[in-house]
Amino acid sequence: MIEVKDICKSFGDTQILYDVSATFMEGQVNLIIGASGQGKSVLTKCIVGLHEVDTGSVLYDGRDFSAMNRKQRIEVRKEIGMLFQGSALFDSLTVEENIMFPLKMFTDMTKEEMRERANVCLKRVDIIDKNGLYPAETSGGMQKRIAIARAIAMNPKYLFCDEPNSGLDPKTSIVIDNLIKEITYEYNMTTVVITHDMNSVMEIGDHIIFINEGKKWWQGDNKEIIKTENKEVVEFVYASQFMQNLRQKLINN
Amino acid sequence: MNLFEHIGRYFIMLRSVFSKPEKGKVFRKMFFTEIDAIVISSIPLVAFLSIFMGGVISLQTAANMDSPLLPAYTIGYITRSSTILEFSPTIISLILAGKVGSNIASEIGTMRVTEQIDALEIMGVNSIGYLMLPKILAMTFFLPFIIIISMVLSLVGGWIAGVQSGLFSTETYLVGIRYAWYEEAGNLFYSLGKTLVFGFLITSIACYYGYYTKGGSLEVGRSSTKAVVAASVALLLANYIITQLVLV
Repeated sequence: MIEVKDICKSFGDTQILYDVSATFMEGQVNLIIGASGQGKSVLTKCIVGLHEVDTGSVLYDGRDFSAMNRKQRIEVRKEIGMLFQGSALFDSLTVEENIMFPLKMFTDMTKEEMRERANVCLKRVDIIDKNGLYPAETSGGMQKRIAIARAIAMNPKYLFCDEPNSGLDPKTSIVIDNLIKEITYEYNMTTVVITHDMNSVMEIGDHIIFINEGKKWWQGDNKEIIKTENKEVVEFVYASQFMQNLRQKLINN
Repeated sequence: MNLFEHIGRYFIMLRSVFSKPEKGKVFRKMFFTEIDAIVISSIPLVAFLSIFMGGVISLQTAANMDSPLLPAYTIGYITRSSTILEFSPTIISLILAGKVGSNIASEIGTMRVTEQIDALEIMGVNSIGYLMLPKILAMTFFLPFIIIISMVLSLVGGWIAGVQSGLFSTETYLVGIRYAWYEEAGNLFYSLGKTLVFGFLITSIACYYGYYTKGGSLEVGRSSTKAVVAASVALLLANYIITQLVLV
């Protein structure tokens, strides 16, 4: 479980986050949604420590991450897997080497054991016989799956996904969503996903937080978001006429 | 950011560079990879430049020697002195600041804008140490070897140019390049010593500009340019300071 307590974050004179508090539950897919520029990515970067919070704290299973020194943070980070928006695979390494990278850095596994683990992770994300390829030689959807495989290589307790569907076609997006959902339940991880994708909101959102103007505006699950009367949430999620009609049908049913 | 903020951040970065690597085995592998990528790959360019540079020094020296009182071996002597004191260590280092500096800055800058550095940090890797230390050590400790190669090839270039132009004989040239060798051997150590500093400056400054790139591909290009300019300026300043301290 990850708890975020009263986080404030500014860059210069511009305040991005205002007293954001939230709890991300274990074994659930927790979504952070909101329009562009509202502070979703900054919130996530504060949670993982890529940005320092101005005030407030982040607790990983009760451990105050924001008060830790670099060494202590490294220990927590070994329990974190992250899927970046652009996959962030290492260009100079092959698919297999990308997955073996964290194992090589932080475990005493032999090369054979690492290779075996890499194959297990790749198989889990349905990538077979691509071990020797470089990331540039694979498709966008495949890169996302490889990045998920790398993220789970160390058996993380916490998984962060920054817009996992960006740049993907609807079919591949569903594949990635389902994969994130399955992996979360399978490994009982605390998963935090930043998304704009309404399919993801409806399909995998066990717990949803809506961020608006740097504040937590609303929270609930994918059933509650259909019925909510919160004006900002409705305007964001049901922006198109089609979505508004769909919402009405769902409520009527 | 003003100059002093850059300098402050640069020194803070250096503190992380010299922290203990996470895994010695990975570091050693990267170190040898960087020797190949930065040092070995530069040898053909250095060789080509050095031969022609030596040839031009020799020809220009001969062209400017009007006095019959000056012995012919002076051409060899001046070629050797210019090459060892300045041309090989400084000019080759400046050229490498362009080649290696832009390469490092754009490589690390691209890693920054594509979130690969964030990925390293999230994994718990000290990204500064992991990316920079092998590059800095490879260049610092192996640049002197490149400079030795450059010195030798410059002298060979000077010899080829002079002999084929009929300006001097091989024997005369050899007398020139051996002239007062023992008295001036210290110059060689001065030159190699300053290339250690140059190697460190080129790579660390390039790493700095690459690592703190913000934005997209346009900024990667800008970082690369800034890295080359800053490394060249720092190199020339260091050259002046070292020369003032050691030779004067």
